[in-house]
Amino acid sequence: MVYEIINQNGLCTYYDIEKNPGIAQKVKIREGKFAFLDDKAVEAKLVHFSDEKQKHVIFYLPQMHCSSCIWLLENLNKLNAGIVKSQVNFLKKEVSIVYNTSTVSLRKVAELLTTIGYEPHISLHDISNKKIRKYDKKRVYKIGIAGFCFANIMMFSFPEYFGLNSLQEKGLREYFSYLNIFLALPVFFYCASDFFVSSWKSLQQKFLNIDAPIALAIVITFGRSIYEILSQTGAGYLDSMSGIVFFMLLGRFFQNRTYQTLSFDRDYTSYFPLGVTTLNEDGTENQIPISKLKTGQRIKIHSGEIIPADAILFLGKAYIDYSFVTGESIPIEKSIGEIIYAGGKQTAGAIELEVVKEVSQSYLTQLWDNDAFKENAEEKSVSFIHQVSRYFTYALFSLAVVSAIYWQINNSTKTWNAVTSILIVACPCALLLSATFTNGNMLRMLQKFGFYAKNANVIERVASATTLVFDKTGTITQQKEADISYNGALLSKEEEQLIRSLAAQSSHPLSKAIASYVPFSKAMPVKHYHETKGLGSTGIINSLVIKLGSAQYITGKKNSSESDGSLVYVSINEDILGYFLIRNTYRTGLEKIIRQLQSKFKLALISGDNDAERQTLIKYFDNKTDLRFEQKPQDKLDYIKALQQKGEKIIMLGDGLNDAGALKQSDVGIVITDDINNFSPASDAILDGKSFTKFSAILSYCKNQKTIIFGSFIISILYNFVGLYFAVQGSLQPVIAAILMPISSISIVLFTTGMSSLFARKLRS
Amino acid sequence: MSAIFILIAASLTIAIGFLIAFIWSVKDGQFEDDYTPSIRMLFDDEIIETTEAINPKPKK
Repeated sequence: MVYEIINQNGLCTYYDIEKNPGIAQKVKIREGKFAFLDDKAVEAKLVHFSDEKQKHVIFYLPQMHCSSCIWLLENLNKLNAGIVKSQVNFLKKEVSIVYNTSTVSLRKVAELLTTIGYEPHISLHDISNKKIRKYDKKRVYKIGIAGFCFANIMMFSFPEYFGLNSLQEKGLREYFSYLNIFLALPVFFYCASDFFVSSWKSLQQKFLNIDAPIALAIVITFGRSIYEILSQTGAGYLDSMSGIVFFMLLGRFFQNRTYQTLSFDRDYTSYFPLGVTTLNEDGTENQIPISKLKTGQRIKIHSGEIIPADAILFLGKAYIDYSFVTGESIPIEKSIGEIIYAGGKQTAGAIELEVVKEVSQSYLTQLWDNDAFKENAEEKSVSFIHQVSRYFTYALFSLAVVSAIYWQINNSTKTWNAVTSILIVACPCALLLSATFTNGNMLRMLQKFGFYAKNANVIERVASATTLVFDKTGTITQQKEADISYNGALLSKEEEQLIRSLAAQSSHPLSKAIASYVPFSKAMPVKHYHETKGLGSTGIINSLVIKLGSAQYITGKKNSSESDGSLVYVSINEDILGYFLIRNTYRTGLEKIIRQLQSKFKLALISGDNDAERQTLIKYFDNKTDLRFEQKPQDKLDYIKALQQKGEKIIMLGDGLNDAGALKQSDVGIVITDDINNFSPASDAILDGKSFTKFSAILSYCKNQKTIIFGSFIISILYNFVGLYFAVQGSLQPVIAAILMPISSISIVLFTTGMSSLFARKLRS
Repeated sequence: MSAIFILIAASLTIAIGFLIAFIWSVKDGQFEDDYTPSIRMLFDDEIIETTEAINPKPKK
C-alpha cells in the first residue's frame, strides 16, 4: 500500500517529490471512523499544545518499522500543506505533528495517516495515564552532578594521596580542602536528598527501610570530614562520600532500567486471547481478537458471552448479568439505544451492539482479578517479606554499633571504615525482588506459550495441586472439526433457517456446530429466547416454537440407545423432527498428554453429556480413572467440593460454559479456548486450545517457581555474609561497598529472570 | 607554585561549564530519542527546482 503511494507520488527516499494534486485513497477508511476526533473534548485530550494558529499532537503508529517510514512520515507536509512539521521518534513509534488549525483538522490528519498505511492507534484510556518516561530527568541531573563532583574531589585529593603533608605550603592544602567542601555540598544536599527523604518518610511511619543505613553512612562520612577539615586534624573523606552517593545513584538508575525492561505492561500486549464477532456492513461476520476492536464497530454477542467494551445496543433483547462487576446476579434488561457497560454477560439471545469505547485490557484484567471469593494467599507472603526487611535493618544497625564500639576500643583507625561499609554493603534485595521478578517473568513466559494466568498466585496454586479434573465437551473435544449429520424428517429450506437462527443465538459448542452446519441464507429474529445450560434452548421465530436440545429436553425421556456422539434433537411446535448427530473429535495429542499427566496428578473426568463415549474414554484414561457422565453444573460443583474435603487440591480444565461454578470452586480453574468468545471470570487462567499439547509441560513449569525464589534467597544470603565478613573487619572500602550493593540487586534480578527463562526452554519443545 | 591557584580555578570553571551544558541538554530532551537522529541525518536534502529544462524530473 505504502509502496503504491510512494510510487504514485514519487515519494521515494532518493527522488524529488512530484507535485501531487490530490491523493487517491489507497486505504479505504470507513466513513466516520475518525469522526470522534471532531469532538472538542476528545481533541483537547489528544492535543499537547495549541495556540491560535497551530496545534501539536502526538500519534502512536505501531506500523512503523523502517527508515522509509521515517522518511515518509517526516515529509507529511508534501502530502498535505496544512501540516507544518512532523517528527518521528522511531523507538517509541510515535510521530509528533504540528498542523495549521485553519487548513486542516485533527480528524483529517488521522485520516491522512491512515491512507498512507499508518493508522494511528488511539486509545482514550491511555491519554489520562502519562506514558512512563524511559528515565527520570531529575535522576540524571543528580547522577551527572554527583559524578562531576566525585571526579573533581578525587582529583583535588591527589596531593593528599601523594603526600602533600610534607610540603610546607599550608595554603595549598587548605585551598584543596575547601574546594573539596565546595564540591561536596551539592552532592550532600542535592544528590543524596533521595536517600534522606526516603529514610525520613519511613521513620515517620516508625520503621526503618533500606535507605536508612545508607543515609546514615552518608551523614557520618560528611560530618566527620567537615569536622576534620575545619579543625585541621585531617583531610576528610569527601572523596569517599561523593563516591558513595555517585555509585549508589548510578546503581539505582540501572536497577530501574532493568526493572522497566522486564516490567510487564499489560496494555499493549494482547493479553486476552479472546475473540469477538464483528459485523460488516453487508451483514457477514468476522472474528477478531478483542485487542483489535475499535470504536464504531458493530459486534454480535451471543448468549453467555461477555461484553468486551462499552457499547450501545442496536438489535436484540439484552438481559445483562453484571455479577462479575457489581456482584448482582439478577440480569438487568437493557433497551435499544442504551449503553451496555463492559464486563456484563448476556443471558438472553444474540444481540448486536456498536462499540463506543475502546476495549480496556486493564479493566477486564481488573474484573478478572477482582474475585473476592478466594482468600488472597499472596498477601500473606508479601507481609512476611516486609516483616523480615524490618528486622533486617534493626539487626544491621546493631551490628554497626557493636563493631563501632569494638574497633574504637581496639584499633580506632578502622572504626569509620567498618561502620560505613557495614551500613552500605548489606542488602535485603532478594527478599524484595525475587518474588516480584520471578512471578512476573514466569507469567510472561507462560503467556508466550498460550497460558494466561490471572495473577502470580495462580502459579503457586498450580504447583501444589494433586488432582486434575477434565470437562469433556469443548475441553478435550474440539468443535472445529466436529462431524455432524442429520437424521430424521426432511427439512425444508425454511425449517433449516429456523433451526439455524435458533442455534446461532447460543455459544454452546454443539449449538455453534449446528449453526455452522446449516448454510446461512437469511437472518430471522428470535423472540423469547431461553437457554437451559447443558440441556437445550428454545425460541420463537415467526410465531413457531423452535427447540433444540438433549433427548431429555425435547422428548422428556433419556436416550437409551448407544451412539458414538452427542445427539441434539430438534422440534418445531412440539413436533419432533429428528436429531443432529455430532461426533466428537478429540484434540490432537490427547493420549500423550493424558499419559504425561497421569504420572503427576490424579485424573478425573466429569461431563454433562451422555456416557456413549465411555469405552473410548477408558482407552484414553484407564479403568481406574473416575469418569462421570450426565453431570449437571451443580453436580460438577459438588464433585469438586467432595474431593476438596478429602484434602485434594484441584485443577479443573473446562470450557467455562456450564462449569463456571465448578471452576470457581476448584483451587485452579482453567478455561480452554479456541478463539471462542467465552470468557469466564470464574477462571484463574485461560489456556489457548493450540497449546493443549503443552499442557503437561506448562503445569510442570509452574513447579519451578519455588526453586527459583529459593535459589535467589541463597545467593542473597551468601552475598550478605561475605560482604559483612569483610566489612566488619574494616577491610572493605565504603566506596567498594557502594559498588557492590547495586551489583547484588541486579544479579538477583538477572538470576531470577534467567532461571525462569531457562526453565521455559522445556516448553518450547 | 602560586600559579596553581589560578589554574585550578580556571579549569574548574570550564569543567562547570560542561556540566551546565550537560544539564541543559538533558532538560531540552535531546537524550529522549537516541535512535532516530542517526537515521534522519542520512536523508537527502530537497533539490530545489529552477526550471523544467534544467532539472528534468527523474522518472521512476
